[in-house]
Amino acid sequence: MWALEVQDLAVRFGEFQALEGVSLRVPEGAFVAIVGPNGAGKSTLLKAVLGLVPFRGEVRVFGRPLGEADPMWFGYVPQIKTFDRTFPALAVELVATGLMRRWPFRLSREAREKALAALERVGALALADRPLGRLSGGQLQRVYLARALIRRPRLLLLDEPATGVDRVGEVDLYRYLEAYQEEAGATVLMITHDWEAAHHASHVLVMNRKVVGFGPPERALTEECLRQAFGHLGHAHELYVGGSRA
Amino acid sequence: MPTSFTWEVAVLEALTYPFFQRALVAGVLVSLLAGLLAPFVVQRRLSFLGDGLAHAAFAGVALGLFLRGEPLWFALPFTFLVAMAITFVKERTELSEDTAIGVFFALSVALGAVFLSKAKGYVGDAMGYLFGSLLAVGPSDLVAIGLLLLLALSLLPLWGPLAYATFDRELALADRVPVVRHDYLLSGFIAVSLVLAVKVVGIILVAAFLVIPGAAARLLSRTFSGLTLLSLGLSLLSTLLGLMASFLLDWPSGASVVLVQALFFGLALAKTAFSGGK
Repeated sequence: MWALEVQDLAVRFGEFQALEGVSLRVPEGAFVAIVGPNGAGKSTLLKAVLGLVPFRGEVRVFGRPLGEADPMWFGYVPQIKTFDRTFPALAVELVATGLMRRWPFRLSREAREKALAALERVGALALADRPLGRLSGGQLQRVYLARALIRRPRLLLLDEPATGVDRVGEVDLYRYLEAYQEEAGATVLMITHDWEAAHHASHVLVMNRKVVGFGPPERALTEECLRQAFGHLGHAHELYVGGSRA
Repeated sequence: MPTSFTWEVAVLEALTYPFFQRALVAGVLVSLLAGLLAPFVVQRRLSFLGDGLAHAAFAGVALGLFLRGEPLWFALPFTFLVAMAITFVKERTELSEDTAIGVFFALSVALGAVFLSKAKGYVGDAMGYLFGSLLAVGPSDLVAIGLLLLLALSLLPLWGPLAYATFDRELALADRVPVVRHDYLLSGFIAVSLVLAVKVVGIILVAAFLVIPGAAARLLSRTFSGLTLLSLGLSLLSTLLGLMASFLLDWPSGASVVLVQALFFGLALAKTAFSGGK
């Protein structure tokens, strides 16, 4: 079964065409790294799959039209820069929203235990009762990942989850993702600027407002695809295909 | 006679007057509603919306005075419509909310000035609406406020989804929370609460009702539920103390309540500043 089928997807913001003619099919259980330059529509694609932006075309998730898909199938880790640090909240409360789909007034014992287990899974149990506003970028990413995993999603959508995370945290993050994917057979779509992550994925989607290349890393991360996506090759070939990391 | 005895007698005496009883009941009901809404106003940065809608209430009151009807029955639909219009502009255009508020704020004041200039004989009444008066609350106002509070009970189950969207609108939308519908609902409740609080607090200070208790509570809270409970408590307590002070010192009721709220805010600020945290 296809985890995700996108047919002729187009997204427009006023005069700006963010995505046009995007079509792809992602097999269930795939780990897709999405790469492309800034403004390539990577985040917009994830938002369209989540139903957050109006679009033309068709999106089907596990065979169902998007409108009929269960929101609990999706685990979403947004870019943490959108987060309001002045909101008074504890990490455990944010994790619980992944189960409850609303903000908890008071956590039941069961919800708290599940939230703690999710935090433990990503090595963040010690953060449970810490105010969100005082967590570092890397700590927040773990909490958001715990929030996404607590509902045991079939489709994980991650928007640059390694941003602001140190190298050790980054390796941990991929380890948690791989462990969950192995255990639950989930499908992962992850936007990344990290060539190593792209190489570890089962599929790579190279895009720049449209699909430039999609397939296993060795087929998608070609010089031609990268030249098309980034406009000029620049360091992209070094970063994504071989050579040393900048 | 000891001072405390004098105060005690004065307080007991105040409670025997029907006008004070009505003002107290109205104040308590409105403060509960404002205390519930204040955390959302503070966290969603809607303080300016409160000011804008208070000025819309001014235009509605002026229209009522001009047409020689009950001002609040004009202010209520007028303010509600302005709240919907501001939310509509925010949702459907690329203009920011403060710009939309700025436009309707100016429009309301201009309309209010025109209406008031045509209702010259009633300017004295207008002063009561501007600063609030203990004498202004009639039995029909109590019925209206009571009905609104009953309606506000429907807001309680929405606390969780509203708080979720307040924290992160995108996460809530991804979980299919009807965020836009809730935005309109919240704006509508803020508008109606402001109008009903006008008689006790006055147009000029009514927006403070929706900001100061929430702001003071925010300084002392680690969670949004804690913020909501503390905001409710501070709102209620400052209304009770403020109305009592208004009666005893013969101060305008709105000013008295807001001064007590500001005192609580000052205490919360001092605690935060001197303890180095919450």
